[in-house]
Amino acid sequence: MAQLLTKSAARNIFYGGSVFFILVFLALTFDTTRALPGRDNRQNLTEQVAAGKLVWERNNCIGCHTLLGEGAYFAPELGNVYTRFGNSTEAIKIFIKSRPAEGVPGRRSMPQFNLTEEELENIAQFLKYSSEINAAKWPPNIQG
Amino acid sequence: MQYKSQAVAKPYFIAAIALFAAQVVFGLILGLQYVIGDFLFPELPFNQARMVHTNLLIVWLLFGFMGAAYYLVPEEAETELHSPKLALALFWIFLIAGALTVLGYVFLRYADLARLTGDALFPTMGREFLEQPTIIKIGIVVVALGFLYNIGMTILKGRKTVVNLVLLIGLVGLAGLFLFSFYNPDNLVLDKYYWWWVVHLWVEGVWELILGAILAFVLIKTTGVDREVIEKWLYVIISLALITGIIGTGHHYYWIGTPEYWQWWGSIFSALEPIPFFAMVIYAFNIVNRRRREHPNKAATLWALGTAVMAFLGAGVWGFLHTLAPVNFYTHGTQITAAHGHMAFYGAYAMIVLTMISYAMPKLRGMGEAASERAQLTEMWSFWLMTVSMVFITLFLTGAGVLQVWLQRYSEAPQAFMAVQEQIKIFYWMRETAGLVFFTGLVLYVISHFVGGPTGAKAKARA
Repeated sequence: MAQLLTKSAARNIFYGGSVFFILVFLALTFDTTRALPGRDNRQNLTEQVAAGKLVWERNNCIGCHTLLGEGAYFAPELGNVYTRFGNSTEAIKIFIKSRPAEGVPGRRSMPQFNLTEEELENIAQFLKYSSEINAAKWPPNIQG
Repeated sequence: MQYKSQAVAKPYFIAAIALFAAQVVFGLILGLQYVIGDFLFPELPFNQARMVHTNLLIVWLLFGFMGAAYYLVPEEAETELHSPKLALALFWIFLIAGALTVLGYVFLRYADLARLTGDALFPTMGREFLEQPTIIKIGIVVVALGFLYNIGMTILKGRKTVVNLVLLIGLVGLAGLFLFSFYNPDNLVLDKYYWWWVVHLWVEGVWELILGAILAFVLIKTTGVDREVIEKWLYVIISLALITGIIGTGHHYYWIGTPEYWQWWGSIFSALEPIPFFAMVIYAFNIVNRRRREHPNKAATLWALGTAVMAFLGAGVWGFLHTLAPVNFYTHGTQITAAHGHMAFYGAYAMIVLTMISYAMPKLRGMGEAASERAQLTEMWSFWLMTVSMVFITLFLTGAGVLQVWLQRYSEAPQAFMAVQEQIKIFYWMRETAGLVFFTGLVLYVISHFVGGPTGAKAKARA
C-alpha cells in the first residue's frame, strides 16, 4: 500500500468520498420525504393519535416492546398489535387496563400504568395508526 | 505525561470505569428478568432497568471519549490544554446530571419523571436511547459545546496532526448529530427516520472516527512506527467507514414505512460495512508486528489488538449476519439484534476506551510508562475473561435469536411471542451465566488498578 497510495491521496478520498456520499444520502432523504405521504398513514394522524404517541413515550413502552421492530425485545411487537387483537382498539384498552399491579409470580408482566380513559383511547388510536403504516409487508406474520 | 493539563483525563477515566461497572450490574438484573420474569417487579420494571443499562453505556463511553481527548489532544498538539478548569467543571456538571438522570430512572415512574422535568413543554423523551429528560439533553449539548471549545482552542494554538483532526471531526459530528434528538415529530415514520441520524450515524459513522483516532494514537505511542504510515491507514479506514456507513443507514429503513428502494441501498452499502473493520484488524496487527520499540505496557497493546478483532467480529461479522433485507425481514427486532448490539458495542467502543485507559492510566498515576508486571497480568486476565465471556453472551443470544426467528417468524405455524420466549429460556440462562463471568472479569479489571509491584524498571530498558 505504501507505493500505491500516498497520504494526501488517502486524505482526499476521505474528504471527497464522505462529501459525495453525504450528498447521495441527502438526495435519497429528499426523495423519501416526497414518497412518505403515500406510505406513512399521515391522513389518519389525528390529534388523538399524536396524543397517543406522547402516552407511548411518557410511559417508556419502547423499554420493553418493539414498534415496527425497533425497541427492546422483552415483550411482543406492537406495530401490528391492533390486527393481532382482532382490529379492536377496545381489546387493546382492556389489556392495558387489566394488568395486575403486583405482577404475575415468576412471569413477565406489563406494569399497571393507571392510565386515564382518555389516555387509553389515545394510545389505542396511536397503535391503530401505527398498524396502518405501509411497512413493506413486515412483520412476516400476525405474531409479530 | 508530557503536559500537566493532561491530568484532567484522570477523573474522566475513573468515572467511566465506575459507570461501566454500574452498567454491567444492571445488565445482570435485566438478564435475570429475562428468566425470572417478576424479579424486582414492580419496584424496578424491565423498561426502567434497561434505560439505566443503555444510558449508562452511552454516558461512560462519552466520559471515556472526553477523557481520551483531554489526554491525547494536548500531547498531539504539543501544547497545554486551553482550559483545564473548564474541563474539570464540565466533568462535575456531566457527572451530576448523569447521576440525577439515572436516579430518576431507578426511583421514579417514567411518567412522573417526564412530568417533573416538564416534558410537556418540549417532548423529546421516551424514545429508545434518547430517554433523557429534555432539560438533561440541553445539558448534554452545553457540556459538548464547552468540551469542543476547549479541545478546539487547544488544537488551534498547537500542532495540527491527523489524529487530532480526525478526532475533532468525529467529536463535532457526535455533538452535531445529537441535535436530531430534539426533533420529535408526531409522524412516527419521520420520528424513526431522523432518530437513526443520531443512533446509526453515531455508532456506524462519526464514532468510528473517534475510535480510529484513539487507536492510531495508542499505536503510534506503543509501537514507535512512523506516524506517516499510521496516519495514512487512519485515512483509509475512516474513508471506508463513512463511504459504507452513511448510506448504510438504509439498513434501518427497510420496515419503518420508508420506500422499498432502501432495501437495495441499505443491503448493498451495509454489506460493505465490515470492510473498514477488517482493514482495522490487518492494520493493527501489521503495525504491531512492525514495531520499532518494545513498549513495557503490554496490556495496552493487547487491548488495542483486541479492539480491532472484536470490533470486526461484533460490528462487522455479526452486523453482516442480519443486514441483508431478505434476512432482516425475519430477524428484525429479535435476539439476533441484541447479540449484535452487545458484541459490537463492547468490541468497538467499550474496548477502545479501555485501550486508552490502559495506555494513559499508568502515566496519569505517575507510574511511568506502564503499571507493574503483576498489575498488567491481572489486567490481561480481566481482558480475556470479559472478552471471551462477551463472545459467549453473543453466541447464546444468537442461539436464542435463531430459535426465536424459527418458531415465531419462519415456521408454518408461527407461535406467539411469549410462548416462544418460554422455549428459548435455556439460552437466557446461559447468557446470564456468561454475564456473571463478564462481571468477574470486570471486578478483576478494577482490582488490577490496585495491584502493586515494581514499575518503571522495564521502561528504562526501552529501545
